[in-house]
Amino acid sequence: MHYKRPKADVVIVGLGWSGSTMAEELTRAGLNVVAIERGAWRETSTSFPTTRNPDELSGSIRKEILQAPVTETYTVRNKPGETALPLRKYHNLTLGNNVGGAGTHWAGASWRWQPFDHQPYTRIMERYGAKQLVDGLILQDWGVTYDDLEPFYDRFEKIAGTSGTAGVINGVKQPGGNPFEGSRTSPYPTPALERTRANILFAEATTRLGYTPFPVPSAMIGAPYTNALGINLAPCTYCGYCQLYGCGNWSKSSPNICILPVLMQRPNFTVVTESEVVRINTTPDKKTATSVTFVDSDGNIGEQPADIVIVATFTLDNTRLLLLSGIGTPYDAVSGEGVVGRAFTFQTLSWAFMFFENEYLNPFMNTGALATQIDDFNGDNFDHTGLGFIGGAGIQSLCNQGLPIGMSGLVPEGSPKWGKGWKQAFQKAYQNYAQIQGQGTSFAHREQFMDLDPTYKDKFGQPLLRITYDYNENDRRSGRFIRDKCAEIAKEMGAREVTGVSLADQPYSGYTPWDSSHVQGGVVMGENPKTSVQNRYQQNWDIPNLFVIGASSFPNNAGYNPTAAVGATTLWTAKAITDLYLKNPGPLVRL
Amino acid sequence: MTRNLLQRTVRLSFRNSIIFSLTALPVYAAQAENVHVEHGRYLSIAGDCLACHTTAGGKPFAGGLDLKTPFGVITTSNITSDKETGIGNWTFQQFDNAVRHGKGPNGHLYPAMPYTAYAQISDTDIADLWSYIQTIAPVHNKVESNKLPFPYNIRALLVFWNLLFFNNSAFVPDPTKSADVNRGAYLVKGLEHCGTCHTPKNAFGGDTKDAFQGASLQGWYAPDLTNNAHIGLGRWTIEDIVAYLRSGTNRYTAAYGPMTETIVNSTQHLTDADLHAIAVYFKSLPPRNITIPAPLPTSNEQVQAGQHEFIVECSACHKSDGTGISNMIPDLRNNSAINAKNPDSLLNIVLKGTDGPATHANPTGAAMPGFDWKLQDQQIANVLTYIRNSWGNAAQAVSATDVNKARAAIGAQPATLR
Repeated sequence: MHYKRPKADVVIVGLGWSGSTMAEELTRAGLNVVAIERGAWRETSTSFPTTRNPDELSGSIRKEILQAPVTETYTVRNKPGETALPLRKYHNLTLGNNVGGAGTHWAGASWRWQPFDHQPYTRIMERYGAKQLVDGLILQDWGVTYDDLEPFYDRFEKIAGTSGTAGVINGVKQPGGNPFEGSRTSPYPTPALERTRANILFAEATTRLGYTPFPVPSAMIGAPYTNALGINLAPCTYCGYCQLYGCGNWSKSSPNICILPVLMQRPNFTVVTESEVVRINTTPDKKTATSVTFVDSDGNIGEQPADIVIVATFTLDNTRLLLLSGIGTPYDAVSGEGVVGRAFTFQTLSWAFMFFENEYLNPFMNTGALATQIDDFNGDNFDHTGLGFIGGAGIQSLCNQGLPIGMSGLVPEGSPKWGKGWKQAFQKAYQNYAQIQGQGTSFAHREQFMDLDPTYKDKFGQPLLRITYDYNENDRRSGRFIRDKCAEIAKEMGAREVTGVSLADQPYSGYTPWDSSHVQGGVVMGENPKTSVQNRYQQNWDIPNLFVIGASSFPNNAGYNPTAAVGATTLWTAKAITDLYLKNPGPLVRL
Repeated sequence: MTRNLLQRTVRLSFRNSIIFSLTALPVYAAQAENVHVEHGRYLSIAGDCLACHTTAGGKPFAGGLDLKTPFGVITTSNITSDKETGIGNWTFQQFDNAVRHGKGPNGHLYPAMPYTAYAQISDTDIADLWSYIQTIAPVHNKVESNKLPFPYNIRALLVFWNLLFFNNSAFVPDPTKSADVNRGAYLVKGLEHCGTCHTPKNAFGGDTKDAFQGASLQGWYAPDLTNNAHIGLGRWTIEDIVAYLRSGTNRYTAAYGPMTETIVNSTQHLTDADLHAIAVYFKSLPPRNITIPAPLPTSNEQVQAGQHEFIVECSACHKSDGTGISNMIPDLRNNSAINAKNPDSLLNIVLKGTDGPATHANPTGAAMPGFDWKLQDQQIANVLTYIRNSWGNAAQAVSATDVNKARAAIGAQPATLR
């Protein structure tokens, strides 16, 4: 059966970090907001109780918190012309399956992206010129700068309670922080987490090498904190069950902890759960979005009319929803025309895996984002002249791993495979294994894109999203460069055995171990409708009452995790809606 | 979906998909037509009428909630203006008789309806309350209120009960006390009916003379509200009491059990002046003298075993020194709720956990998880004995038998882990 819900001022599709951040702003401004979420409701204290939640078998192994591929998936191929196949097993794009989205189970690295990351085209052209770009690379500015976003990064950190050590405040470098970060107006709300033994060895080694280590900003709260919305957060206990787990200790910022308790008290907010939006409806002239159509858990089809439609689903699903709705021109890799699905990026990961001889690293004390990093080789913080690539990576000693099942495979090459010998090797390796991650930038390429799959369909009979992606030459060059830096630091730390790996040296796969979950682009914001779907306010160029928010708006990926950048751009757009759009509904940028 | 949410929202089963939004409760949304209705609305919040006269997920004031008393189950009535099943045909006199004098159309009311406290309501307040109650939209919901077993199902017997235990006289201000103390006393003894839970009862369910000295009911121990520093409010300042009633938390603790609902539904909505008056009244009560037991020595076997359990199971939130987190996780040191001789609340909280208060002033709502499935009776007895005799606390040991009995009484699960 079909039914129509009462019209709302705003409908928000998806209630993860971006959707709930937006809903909080708009309901506070007095708008009547309805959110439609595919997943089920989760209550922090009872869904993720500390008594039961640290269960590696159900979390990390069975991945019970994730959306299962059987519910919906993507198809993948490396090159145009190949036949894409569906990801049928759990893959690296760890989607959430509840109210709060992936923000419930994320690892928690909470980065402000650098000024460079928001304006890569301008910065590269100024410093090197077009000769620095490999063939086919797509490089463009966002239309919004770090300075525009700074107040919103600040606000997001104060909602999340982010822990960290400031590097630059009001242009003045701060001891212990990241000297390369964009200037901040205030320090992190809570202090940086305690360091692990591996972090300390990394900090000492990188200091000896002339680099500047600093604590990675984190969603794991460094001290008791009352956030900007009046919600209390408790300090992290380093239990180590963060990534793929909800935090029932109220110590990891998530939409569920930081926003929803306030949102649920607002009479002008409604969330419809377990309902999947399948289409954005527009007027026949495609100038105005009128409603969204969703399928509820009984299979009935509902319609939610609204004056403003905000799409805040997972990055890839934002692109898919536009394509399914026939909104915008799909990208054509042959002609290079079209924008929806264009400028898709992943991330370029490099690693050094190491074993020490006689350390006590105590990895059971960890968090999803307990890391010490150097940014000396990130973004454009170093001279790329003659290197043949742009970008780089944040290089970090990452202590997010100490759970017993996951660690059990990590023994040095040549260790006995079973029995007493294996047990002894594992006991020793558990205290002696460490890793350095190079989380690398990724720039779009004309042969990396998303479109609708011609063959495979979802349970509603709609085409799956097809990803066409492989690392480009820029990625391969930067990946190897970063791999060698990781290995150099590992050796300096005193490791006995060091293995350096650049994941970009193998073809892209959604199943590669140790790989990133960060994908960006497809509905990018920008300055030119020929190369972007939306203007600098994440407002659709053609449909002024349609806003698609999240990392789908970013035309490039940084050497950082994206969540805080998603939060900042969401808040930036929310302010544009409340302060500009509501007063004068229509395009906020006129060309 | 959780109890916590149920209290705050209405769950509409909308073709399996679930819609969450704040209830448009008349109590919150009513636009007052005049000052009497508006004041009556405020009084209904102070009296927390909604809490008992609404089921979880049910229509506001439509009744049907089962109250479990020591004498059996009493189901609350429909007080909407429905003429057939509610009180739409009532006169003011009938309303006054019910609320202040315990007399319903079918005979005497059971004192689960706190008319024993509401007798203190002033004439003008009861009139305003009636003005508001009449504005509640009618809901057709037939409720069979008396499901008590013989002989308690005989309403006429309440004549004798009332003779013995019902002081049917209005509130009389004490001219020797400040206006604040008198206003606080009026609210505490009347509309807020604090004594219904916090005053010990005799074998017939009547109030004893030990007002606000703490009482056990429905698997919880409503703590001592006198000024004793060990088991009462002695360490709390006026500001601490106000913060607790406003937000559900203060620097020492967070609300638990049925008090959470009282704060969420009632006290958080009171004016600053009224909350201040309530706090001033409690602080004006004479301190109660008790003999404080000596804490069990650290060499005690249960204390030692309990310390181990505490570090493993409790320290992550309450911290290894028991200090907790201000306005979020209770500080276990010198904690009067923990020092209470009666451990019912502690057993209830450890076994089944408790919802946290989610208020406008502190929306956090952090809760305590239950350990019934995880810890054996002896483990729970040990950890409670340890907590009750550490960091300035001193109280009787808890035995495995106590835990076992509590499990049965409150319907907690048996432990599944060994």
